[in-house]
Parts: sequence; structure tokens; C-alpha cells
Amino acid sequence: MSFLEVRNLSARVKGGGPLLRDVSLTVEVGEVRGLVGESGAGKSMIGKAILGILPKAVEITGGQIVLDGSDLLTLPPAARRVKVGASCALIPQDPLTALNPSRRIGVQITDRLVDILGWTRQRAEERALALLGEVQITDPTRVLRQYPHELSGGMRQRILIASAFAAEPKLIVADEPTTALDVTVQKQILKLIAALQARHGTALLFVTHDLGVVSKVCQNLSVLYAGKVVEDSAVADFFRAPKHPYSAALLAATPKYTDPSAGLQPVPDAVIAAVRAEVEHG
Amino acid sequence: MAEGRFKVRRRAGLRLWLSAAWLILLVIVALFAPYIAPKDPLEQDLFAGRLPPFWVHGADAAFLLGTDSLGRDVLSRIIFGTRIALGVAVVSASFTCIIGAALGLLAGFYRGWVDVVVSRFIDIWMAFPPVLFSILLIAVMGPGLISIILAIVVIDWTRFARVIRAEAMAQGAMDYVASARVAGRGRIGILLREILPNVLPIIVVLLTLEMGIAVIVEAILSFVNLSISSDDPTWGGMISEGRTSIHQAWWVLVFPLITLFLTVLSFSQLGEGLKDRFDPVLR
Repeated sequence: MSFLEVRNLSARVKGGGPLLRDVSLTVEVGEVRGLVGESGAGKSMIGKAILGILPKAVEITGGQIVLDGSDLLTLPPAARRVKVGASCALIPQDPLTALNPSRRIGVQITDRLVDILGWTRQRAEERALALLGEVQITDPTRVLRQYPHELSGGMRQRILIASAFAAEPKLIVADEPTTALDVTVQKQILKLIAALQARHGTALLFVTHDLGVVSKVCQNLSVLYAGKVVEDSAVADFFRAPKHPYSAALLAATPKYTDPSAGLQPVPDAVIAAVRAEVEHG
Repeated sequence: MAEGRFKVRRRAGLRLWLSAAWLILLVIVALFAPYIAPKDPLEQDLFAGRLPPFWVHGADAAFLLGTDSLGRDVLSRIIFGTRIALGVAVVSASFTCIIGAALGLLAGFYRGWVDVVVSRFIDIWMAFPPVLFSILLIAVMGPGLISIILAIVVIDWTRFARVIRAEAMAQGAMDYVASARVAGRGRIGILLREILPNVLPIIVVLLTLEMGIAVIVEAILSFVNLSISSDDPTWGGMISEGRTSIHQAWWVLVFPLITLFLTVLSFSQLGEGLKDRFDPVLR
């Protein structure tokens, strides 16, 4: 049995069109699954639905989200919060807004361990210190006393990563964790996430639109188009021979640094028309 | 860059300290009014009416800032007026702040029907003309300190509620709130530990501004004789009385006016200065 199993999940904007259509995907213990798609395909919505932080305007219309054996959607809200809080964490997209600007870094990491998991403050502080070391922050004692605005975007993302791993969650949803960063910093952050994931054996749902990132950190991936999963493959198979024509077009559209003269290949209109017809009617 | 930042901070510091000094002085004056005031503020001496302040020819050194037309000491009346001005400012601004901030936070953070109810209520409330509203309120309840405080609270809570609602809404959309939710924090916990600290600088600014406004409102209501009895010294009452004799005795009007002006200015500057102190990004 998978650690996370999303079964036939559908969601829509209240009084509007569908956002997710019959989405099914699984994340095994310790697996890294990529979730790719273009903007608006519903990648982040899946992550938010799992973590229970969907915007109020979005409602789930059907399906199940089974986390560690229990369906989150049928749990009462308080029980769901406890369950998710104890076993999941989020690495958010924008490190600039993901830390509370008026609280010190240290408190923000330890607070949840103390208040929600009932650790002693000393144990939580030691843990925070160790984690900042793990995400390669020099002088962690000083950083713990600083405010978010005193740190660079890369530093903040490291802290968010440390914070996500702090309570030893079994599943982390990384919602485009490198999108808001410089390309040079992106690579370091990716390596860091991969290293921590391997060391802690955490399952990771990696939401991104960057196939290059997927090839580096993920084992399996789901390709999303207009709220529907059109392909679910192992990463190695996907890059060798994508099953769905849309996936193939997406792969072909990725710029190739090894062959700059090839230029950019947009996804052909015919492919888009076909996949749209499939998603909307099939 | 570093130098510019330092400069800004030092200027803000000066502003903060000057206004704080004036307000602290007022607090001391208000607390120890009977010991500081040279005369009884109610004592009339018709033979010593309209004496000018000490530096003008014909002054009596016993009345530093002169006397009004009934021969009451202007300085002593200003000193005792401080009690009413500060009392009204602190009490009414605090209540206004508590009510407005609580409703604003709830509406901005919980959204949904709470927001609809609070926002519509604010809209309706703000459609009443405030001056007429307060005069009406006091006419119904009768003049007095409690009526003034109540009038200020009842009218001005919308000022807090609207601004804080907007800020709570903006903070609620930030990723750190989502992270806290994932971590398992309840809504009250998020409201108090994540959102409130970020709204606090604005609350502080609004609170001090509101104290300034309360001083003005109290003065206005005294001016139109809706405050406490006209014997009791209030700044607004003094200005009102001084108005009738401005050509013969300008000091009766000017000194309380200056005091009022400095006090209101200090409250607003204190707010700005404190905001800079509270805001970690500017600190």
C-alpha cells in the first residue's frame, strides 16, 4: 500500500469550471514523484488539496486522498489537521513570503515542534541548529536570531527546507521550490533537497514545470494537462520514450543546451487540440 | 546605502523622542496637577480679569500665562485640562482599538460570512455623518465624560476595522500562513501568533493617531458645549471662551490652542516613530 494515494480526485472553482479531473497518483514511502504541467494545469492544486490548504473558492467534488491508510477528505477537520501536521510538510514556492517577517528564524522553526508536537524547547532548538547545519548555513546560531529580511532568498529557501524536514515528516510537498530563485542558486537548492530527501528517506511530491529538474531529482512523474493526468511513468522511461503525444511534445519543447541552434519547439497546435479533446470528453 | 539608512533611523529617533518627551510631560502634569498648578483652576477673581502673560506690560507675576475674563489662571486651567484630554484620549482610543482591531482581524482572516457582516456594517456605519452622530448621541445621553468617550468609540471603531481587515487579509494570503496551517496550527493560533505580530505596527500607529483624534474630538465637543460642565477646565472649553474675547485677551485662546496642537502632533509623530521601531524590516 502506498503512503499517499490520490484516487479520482476532482475539484472545481465554486460555481465555475473544473480544476482537477479524476486525478489519481501514488507516492510510495521514500519515493520522489514529479508533478509537471504547464501553468494552470492544476499542479499546485493537487499539493494544496493533499495538505488541506486549498483556497476557499475551490471545492473538491469527488475522489479520495488516502494518506497512510486514512482518507483525509472524510476525516473531521481537527483530526485531519493533526494527521497532516504530524506526517506532512510543505516547501513553498516563494521564500520571500513563506517566512513570517516579524518573527525570528529560530522561533519559526522551533515553535511548531514545541507547540504542536510537544517537544521541549531545548530539544527543538538543538534540532533547529542541527538542521541549519544540514542545509549548509554557516553560523547557524546567529541566523536563528535573525529576521527573514536580513537573509537572502537562497538562505531563506534553505531555512524553509530545514523547517520542512524539522519534524521528520513522511511526505513533503515541494511546490516549485526553485522557481523564485536565481538559476545559480536553484542548482544548489535542488541538490540540497535531493540530499536531505535521501538521508531522511522522506517521500517527496515535487511540483514543477521544469523537466530538467524532474530528471535530476525524481524517480517517477505524473504529467498534468488541464487538471487531468495524461501520463504516469518512471522518469527513465519518460525521457527515453514518453507514452503520451502531449508528453512527447512537452519534452521536445524543452530547450536543449547541448544544441542551441535547434531553437525552441513550441507544442504543436494539433497536439494541444488532441489532448484538450481527450481531457474534456474522455 | 548603509549611511542613508542610518540617517533615516536617526531622524525617526529624534521625532520619536521629542513627541514622547512632550507626552510624558503631559502625563506627569496630569497626574500631579494639584501639586504643579500654581492656582486653583476654578477660583475666580474678577479684579484680576484678563491679565496678560508674564512678559507683556501690565502682567501679574503670579499668573504666568495670564487670566481669562473671570480672572481664572490660564496656566492652571491648561494643567487641569490635561487630565481630561489625556483621560479621554487613552480610554476612548483603547476601546476603539480593541473593538475595531478585533472585528477587523476576524473579518480579514476568517472572510466568508463574518467578513460580509462586518464589512456591510462598516459601510452602513460610515454613511452616518460623524459630527451629527456624536452630537445626537450626546444629546440623547446627556453631556459628560462617559458620553464623549462612548461617542468616540462608537464612531471611530470603523477606522480601525477597515484598515486592519485589509492588512489581515493581505497577511492571510502569505505562504507562511499556509505553512502554519500545514504544520497543524489552528485558526486562532494562526491569527494570534502569525498574523497579529505583523498587524501590530499598524495597530500601534492607528492607536496613537486615534488618541490625537480623541483629543481633537473632545476639544470640539467642549467648544460646542457638549463636553462636561463649562466650569471644569478643558482645552476646548477654554478655546471656546477665549474666542469671545480674542481682541482683548488673545492668550486665553492661544495657549490652550498651542497645547492642543502640540499634543495632537506628538501623538501622530509618536505613532510614526513607534511603527519604525516595531517593524523588523525598518528596524
